Amino acid sequence: MTMPLMRPKRKNPVQRTRQMNVPPWARGRVALSLTAAAAEGRFELQLCRDCGRVQYPPREACGHCTSPRLQWRAQSGAGELLALTTLHHSNDLFFRERLPWRLGLVQLDAGPTVVTHLHGDVTAAPARVSVGARLDRAGRAVLIAFPPEETPHMADDPMLREMSCDPRMRKLLVTDGMTAVGQAAVRALVKAGADLVWVGHAEPWKRHGSGLDDIASLPQVTLVPLDLSNERSVTELAGEIGGKVDIVINNAEVHRGFGIGARRGTDAARAEMEINYFGALRLAQAFGPALKGRAADGVLNATAWVNVLSIYALANFPPHGTFSASKAAAHSLAQCLRAEMQPAGIRVVNVFPGPIDDDWNQNLPPPKLAPEALAKAIVQALRDGVEDVYPGDVAQEWLERWRDDPRVLQRELAAGG
Amino acid sequence: MTRRGYEGVAVAVPVTVPYVRYSTRGAHWFIGQALKRLLDASGLAKEQIDGLTISCFSLAPDTAVGVTQHLGLSPRWLDHIPNGGASGVMALRRAARAVQAGDADVVACIAADTNHVDSFRLMLGGFSDFSRDATYPYGSGGPNALFAFITAAYMARSGATRADFGRVCVDQRANALAAGSRVFSKPLTLDEYLAARPIAEPIHLFDCVMPCAGAEAFLVMSEQRARDLGLPFAALRASIERHNAFSSDPMMVRGGWHVDRDDLYAMAGCGPADIGFVQTYDDYPVIVLMQFEGLGFCRADEAPAFVRGRSTAWNGDFPHNTSGGQLSAGQAGCAGGFLGLTEALRQITGAAGERTVKNPRLGLVSGYGMVTYDRCLCTGAVILGEPA
Amino acid sequence: MNPMTTPNAQLLTQLAAALQGGGIEVVDLTQTLSPEFPQIALPPEMGQCWPFRIEEISHYDERGPGWYWNNFSCGEHTGTHFDAPAHWISGRHLPHGTVDTLPVQRLVAPACVIDCHQQAAADPDYLLSVADIEAFEAAHGRIAPGSWLLMRTDWSKRTDPEAYQNFDETGQHTPGPSSEAVQFLVEQRDVLGFGSEAIGTDAGQGFHLRPPYPCHYYMHGAGRWGLQCLSNLDRLPPTGSLLITPPLKIEKGSGSPLRVLALIAK
Repeated sequence: MTMPLMRPKRKNPVQRTRQMNVPPWARGRVALSLTAAAAEGRFELQLCRDCGRVQYPPREACGHCTSPRLQWRAQSGAGELLALTTLHHSNDLFFRERLPWRLGLVQLDAGPTVVTHLHGDVTAAPARVSVGARLDRAGRAVLIAFPPEETPHMADDPMLREMSCDPRMRKLLVTDGMTAVGQAAVRALVKAGADLVWVGHAEPWKRHGSGLDDIASLPQVTLVPLDLSNERSVTELAGEIGGKVDIVINNAEVHRGFGIGARRGTDAARAEMEINYFGALRLAQAFGPALKGRAADGVLNATAWVNVLSIYALANFPPHGTFSASKAAAHSLAQCLRAEMQPAGIRVVNVFPGPIDDDWNQNLPPPKLAPEALAKAIVQALRDGVEDVYPGDVAQEWLERWRDDPRVLQRELAAGG
Repeated sequence: MTRRGYEGVAVAVPVTVPYVRYSTRGAHWFIGQALKRLLDASGLAKEQIDGLTISCFSLAPDTAVGVTQHLGLSPRWLDHIPNGGASGVMALRRAARAVQAGDADVVACIAADTNHVDSFRLMLGGFSDFSRDATYPYGSGGPNALFAFITAAYMARSGATRADFGRVCVDQRANALAAGSRVFSKPLTLDEYLAARPIAEPIHLFDCVMPCAGAEAFLVMSEQRARDLGLPFAALRASIERHNAFSSDPMMVRGGWHVDRDDLYAMAGCGPADIGFVQTYDDYPVIVLMQFEGLGFCRADEAPAFVRGRSTAWNGDFPHNTSGGQLSAGQAGCAGGFLGLTEALRQITGAAGERTVKNPRLGLVSGYGMVTYDRCLCTGAVILGEPA
Repeated sequence: MNPMTTPNAQLLTQLAAALQGGGIEVVDLTQTLSPEFPQIALPPEMGQCWPFRIEEISHYDERGPGWYWNNFSCGEHTGTHFDAPAHWISGRHLPHGTVDTLPVQRLVAPACVIDCHQQAAADPDYLLSVADIEAFEAAHGRIAPGSWLLMRTDWSKRTDPEAYQNFDETGQHTPGPSSEAVQFLVEQRDVLGFGSEAIGTDAGQGFHLRPPYPCHYYMHGAGRWGLQCLSNLDRLPPTGSLLITPPLKIEKGSGSPLRVLALIAK
């Protein structure tokens, strides 16, 4: 039975903060596809297209008929727990610091036998279990055996909390509370049990009618000045609160509706790049080190960095061409950030919404994503510990078209959609 | 097609480079020491060694051929067999055929490994594709968790208790002390075994081998050559080898010996009852029991009753791992796969002296190795006996 | 005659001595250029004036071990700044209308300061009226041609940027001149330009005056100048101070941030 998460005592400030030792991160190239699917919340294994056998561990040729035609397919994860054990010893620092640690051996109904971490509510073998794939603190997929039905406080299992970034009881920074998306995110995080949400805002003289003061009245909310175009603003805020922030959510953005010919001069495009790309860079430089330093700081450790990008980061949407380019730049930088955060065990979550139902997308036809829906997707992504999120119908459709053939999508978008 | 026997093959000159817990020396040092002891004990000159097998996990970036230049050998037959606990059986089988075919006159089979303080941890991370992708990430840091699964399932299936495993370990410790092993200095009691701290339940401390640095080696040559040199030797009566057996078993519930053991006894012209002593590959006690079953000494899942009714001490009624096995003599990497062979050779050639078992004339040495994912892949066995 | 001993040369020498000796004080009327200082906010569809931003190149560190220096960026109209006639559509065709072509002789000029600070405290939308000008002249004499007309409101003491901008849902609320007052100053008093402590020379609600933004419209339309975000006007006498106001010599510039200094007699 999983105990609900207990609020820890206040930390003793004269003691050294435990640093992060990530679990083993090496995986072969083929095995990384398991990680890529888990990054999007899916458990996939290879299926042989010739004989139909499911493969595990990942490999280059079917272990049954030697065919190279192996395709990654989503798995239900249903299986039988054959045996379990509790580790009291490990040579690996991550596990050594978290002993005892429980492991299981599961035969999937789909065929292969897999080694898994065990949810605490899986108590004895033999038993039916449900295997899922999650990203561990090294950002690599690992398999977990869950009980087949949901159990109380399931998300509070200590092993599972290492795989997820639950905002409950944590302290977060939302970088822009002046927009509908920012305010919806703040509300969703408060509802998800966040202890404290620092809400950034720039140009405070523009706050009237923005909705900022409505969320300022929430008891968990503290407004903080934050202007991502101002290096000093970013570094000063990081100096004040960076050492307490567990999750950074960067939703600050400038969005205009111009391509190249519709607006002379570069000032609108510069404003977009200044916040969407350089602002993200400043934020990461200022807040990154403290986040990394607290990645293993108890049960309410620092855990995640969320970038609100756009599906336009994958393929340029010409009517919002310069905005798309700025989000593409931000996406590239977010990949760099993910690589730099990986050794520290901080999850970088990249969110690619389609057009939001807001002022700057006013002229776009529906479907458009409600700010509340985007906020909900962010909270769910943190709870599930996934890395890549494509919320809403438009994002999902564009992703499919882009994966199918990005060159075709480019031409479709150039022709108007 | 019936397999050819091993007529005319002699296995001789068992040498051991004493084990130490940690060493700053490289694997080549231990290999070199083994080679020197082979030459000293046999009286051969280095140039007369024209065949070589090397079994070593800590040789990288070298392989067997690098050793030839390092130690100044020029063999006409060479094999690199880094297969852990199956290395000895596999090396002997290959060397025997080379000698029979005339491809080599004298083959030195050497297994060695060094052990620095971080050797074990570093080896595990890069041991195999599947362990890197599908077991190492789970923190076991080695095969402990996998053998915990196998042990737990075996106990549930067969009724084996920890005490059953403990009896085997206690006997092996007594054997090791009698053989002069320096890795442990005092006997193991069953109470100590049962009270030891857990490693990965139900595996506890004394179920695990202690990694060491050291080497084991022997020579393979023709019977005629052995007689000419005046060397005591054993005859190779039979051998089997199998890799990735029973791959459709969801987990290891039986070892590959079940598949080929009838061939083994048929080639040797004997049965389990004729075997005077058994050296199993003892990475964990559960595998010892599974080897007793797989090699026909008892039926599947009945080894607990088998060991309860017998003494496996060197001077008991079922002499087993008579120099202590790895569990009490230490595991010097791949040398763990040779340890049973060199002890078998000593028993058969009379070199065990006062430690000689009651019936040393026919012995079985089993090999088991290479946990690349969730079970060992290699199983094998040889039957050695007094020359005719 | 020795050029060093002409009456004007002696004037300069005396001025130098007074500056060194303290009889003539230099007062800094300039806000510090910092990233926190607010910039003018236009509707979001329009092009925006850049705020002041500054980033180190190096600070005696690995980026440059022996030195400290920065790069900065801002608009022509950021911080305490100068408006040239070309800044407004009404002045676009005037000669000498950009900062690089202004007659530099006029960059040192007398200033009159009209004190509206009490009215502005009571009413942020206060408009300087012709009556205010007449009352000023009754007390201090006629405004001389070629003078700056500075509207003291103590608005510069609003150090909180939100209070300084003073927006609500209906827009910005800062004091400035009425349309009639501007026309009077240009046509009847031939002023050099208008100076304000607030973010614009026109009142925050100036869009709703007739014509919109009358100070910009009439001043620049007549080739006159503007100064914004001034401070320390409360240290200046109503008349008699000299303002020094050279903007940067930007090619075809519409204005620039500058250091505004006033010479006052102690």
